[in-house]
Amino acid sequence: MIPELGHFALILALVLSAAQAFFGIFGASRNDARWQAVVRPAVAGQFVLLCTAIGALVYAFVSFDFSVLYVASNSNSALPTFYRVAALWGAHEGSLLLWAWILAAWTLSVAIASRNLPASFASRVMGVLGLISFGFLLFTVATSNPFERILPAPADGRDLNPVLQDPALAIHPPMLYFGYVGFAVAFAFACAAMLEGKLDQVWARWTRPWTTIAWAFLSVGIALGSWWAYYELGWGGYWFWDPVENASFMPWLVGTALIHSLAATEKRGVFKSWTLLLAILAFSLSLLGTFLVRSGVLTSVHSFAADPTRGLFILAFLVIVVGGALTLYAWRAPMLKSPAGFEPTAREAFLLYNNILLVAAAALVLVGTLAPLIADATGMAPISVGSPYYDLMFPLPMVPLFVLVAIGIHASWKRGQLGNHRRRIFVGLAIAALIGLTIVYGAYGPAKWLTPFGVVIGIWIIVSSLFDPIDRLRRRLTLSRAIIGMTVAHIGLGVCVLAISTVESYTMERDAAIAPGETLAFGRYAYRFDSIGEIEGPNYDGLRAEVTVLRDGAPVAVLHPERRNYWVQRSTLTEAGIASRWNTDMFVAVREHLGGNRWSVRVQMRPLIDWVWLAAGLMALGGVLAATDRRYRTREAAQESVAAQGSAAAT
Amino acid sequence: MSPRRKRMVFVVAILVGVGIAAWLGTRAFRGNVMFFFDPSQIVAGEAPQGERFRLGGMVEKGSVVKTSGTLDIQFLVTDFKHTVPVKYSGILPDLFREGQGVVAHGRLQNGTFVADEILAKHDEKYMPPEVAKSLKDNPPPPEPAPAPAGT
Repeated sequence: MIPELGHFALILALVLSAAQAFFGIFGASRNDARWQAVVRPAVAGQFVLLCTAIGALVYAFVSFDFSVLYVASNSNSALPTFYRVAALWGAHEGSLLLWAWILAAWTLSVAIASRNLPASFASRVMGVLGLISFGFLLFTVATSNPFERILPAPADGRDLNPVLQDPALAIHPPMLYFGYVGFAVAFAFACAAMLEGKLDQVWARWTRPWTTIAWAFLSVGIALGSWWAYYELGWGGYWFWDPVENASFMPWLVGTALIHSLAATEKRGVFKSWTLLLAILAFSLSLLGTFLVRSGVLTSVHSFAADPTRGLFILAFLVIVVGGALTLYAWRAPMLKSPAGFEPTAREAFLLYNNILLVAAAALVLVGTLAPLIADATGMAPISVGSPYYDLMFPLPMVPLFVLVAIGIHASWKRGQLGNHRRRIFVGLAIAALIGLTIVYGAYGPAKWLTPFGVVIGIWIIVSSLFDPIDRLRRRLTLSRAIIGMTVAHIGLGVCVLAISTVESYTMERDAAIAPGETLAFGRYAYRFDSIGEIEGPNYDGLRAEVTVLRDGAPVAVLHPERRNYWVQRSTLTEAGIASRWNTDMFVAVREHLGGNRWSVRVQMRPLIDWVWLAAGLMALGGVLAATDRRYRTREAAQESVAAQGSAAAT
Repeated sequence: MSPRRKRMVFVVAILVGVGIAAWLGTRAFRGNVMFFFDPSQIVAGEAPQGERFRLGGMVEKGSVVKTSGTLDIQFLVTDFKHTVPVKYSGILPDLFREGQGVVAHGRLQNGTFVADEILAKHDEKYMPPEVAKSLKDNPPPPEPAPAPAGT
C-alpha cells in the first residue's frame, strides 16, 4: 500500500511539474498574474509529493518490503539500518528519485527566496526549473519506476552492492546531486534572462549565490567520491581520470569559470553573453555526467550494468535541453552588449584568462572522456584514454592558471595598474620560494623539477590571497563574508596545488608477497606484518590482518586491513588499513592468499594526501561564506543596488 | 599602443596559445590512446608486437595458475574461439575470477600477453562493453540459466 502511495505521489508530482512549467513560462510571456500565481503552489506541492515518494521508498527499505523490486535488488535483511536508508540512492531508480527530490528542494528555495525579484522573472525561472523537473520525472515514471512490485515477493533481498556500504559513499551521491542540480538554478536564471531579453548586473547578483552554493556542494561531492575510491576500492590515490570521475569534474571546472565570470558581470557588467553560455554549459555537463554514469556507455570501474533505452532517453533529454538553450542563446545573446572596456592587466582580464584556461581544461577532459565513445560510434577500433594523456595535457592549462591566480589576485578592476602592486607580487613570490624550497629540500629531499615549482606556486597562491585581507584589517576595515570566502577558497586552491605536487612526487608504493612476522622496509619506515585472523561482521565474514608501521625502528601506527566476503552477493572486498598523520598517510591493503603462509599486500606512503581533500573542503567552505554575504541577503541591499545600478545597467 | 592594437595583441596571444595547446593535445592524444583487441584478433596477428594495448575476454575456467608464495599468475583469456595466455605479476582486483570478464593492459611478447594492469570493476553483473561486444560476435557455449532475482 505504502509503495503505491509513493508511486501515486510521483505521478502527481509529474503533473504538477508540467503545470509549473506551463504557467511559469507562459504566465510570464502573457503577463498574466493569475497564471503566474499558480507557479509557487505547484512548486510547494511538488516538493511535498516528492517528499512523500522518498518517504514511501525509505519506509519500504526500512520495513524490509522485498515485494518492491528495487528494495529486493538493493537491500537485505542483514543490512544495517543506515545503509538501508542510503540504499535508496544505491542504484539507478532511486538515484533518479533523489535527483528529482533535490531539484524540487532547490526550486522550493528559489520560490521562497525570489519574492523580491520581479514577478515575471521569478515565474520564468521556476517555469524553466519545472521543465527540467518534468523531463526527469517523466523519465523516472516511464522507464525507471522505483516502486515496481515483484510477485511473488522473494524471501530476502539481493543486498546493496558491498562497495557502496560505506559512510562516505552513502553521502557522496546526495552531495554530488545537490551540486549538479544546483547548476540547474543558474541555468534557469540564464534562460529566464534570455527569455526576458534583459540581463544586467542585478541579474548577476541574483544568480551568484545559487551558483556558488551549487559549486560548493559539487566540490564536497567530488572530494568524498575521491576519498572513497582511496580507501574503499583500495586503489590508494586521489584521482584516476576514470570517466565517471571526469563526468563530475567537467561541470566543476566550468562551474568554477562561471562563478568567476559572474563576479565580473556583477561588478563591471562585462562578459554578459559569455556568462550565459557558461551557465548553459555547466548544467549541460551536469546532464552529460548523469547520462555517462547512468547509461553504462563508458568503460569504467564505476560503470554498473545498465539499460541502454534509459541512456537514449537521457541523451534525448540532453539534446532537447542543451539544443533549446543554445538556440535561445543564439537568438538572444547578440542583443547583450558589454559596455566597459578594460586593460589586459585589469581584474576583468585575469578573470577572462581564468575562464579561458578552465574551459580549455574542461575541453581536454571532455575529449579524453568522449573519444572512446566517438571511436566506438563511428566504427573505429575501440580505444581507451588513460592517465598518461591527462597527466601530460591537464597541467598545460592548469599551471599557467595557478600562476595567473597568484598574480591576478592583486589586480584592480578596469585599470589593472599591476605596476602599483609589483611589490606585493614579488614579496609574495619571495616568501613562497623561501618556504617552498625549504619544505622540498629540507623535509623531503630533491625530486622531479616540477615538484619545487608546484610547491612554490601553491604557497604563492596562499600568500597572495592573504595580502588584501591583512591590508584591510590593518586599515581597520571590516572584512565582508564575500572577501573572507574568496580568501578561504583561494587558500584551498593553494593547499590543493601544494598537496598534489607533494603526493605526486614523494609517494612510495610497492606490491609484495609477505608472510606473518616479515618486515617490508620503506625508507625510514618499515611495515611489519604481525598476524592475520578471521573476523565476522553483520553481513560478511573475512580476514583481518595486523600490520605495525615502524619509524626508525619504533612503532608509530598499527593498521588493520581487512578482506571481507559479503554473504549475499558473494563478493570479496578489500578494506585498506590506513593511518593518517598530518604529514603523511600510511596505507596497507591485503589482497589474497598466495599459498604457503604468504599474502599479497599493497603498501603505500602518501605525504600530504589528506590535504587534497582538506583543500576541497576549504574551497567549499569559502563558497558557502561568499554565498551568504550580507549583500545577497537583505531586501534593502537588493533594492539599493537596483536603484544604484538601474541607470548604469547597459541594456 | 592604442587600445585597438592592444586588443589585437591580446586576441593574437590567445589564438597562439589555443593553437599550441591544440597541437600538443593531438600529439599527446595519439601517443597515449590504447587500442583494444580480443583473442581472435591477436591470434590472427592483428595486434601490434611490443606496443601497449588492451586485451579483453573471459578468464578461461581452470586456466589460472599461481606460483605459490609469489605475486606471479598465469591464465588464459578466451573469446570462445581462441585463447591467449596472459602473464601478470602483481595485485589482482577483487572481482577477478575464472569464468568472468576481464580487461588487461600490457604488451604481447612471443605470443604471451604480459600484463602490467588488470582492470578492476565493482559489479558482478558488469561486463566491459568491448568484451560484451566481442562475446556477442562469438557467443559462449550455453550455460545454466542464472538464478531468478531475489534467491
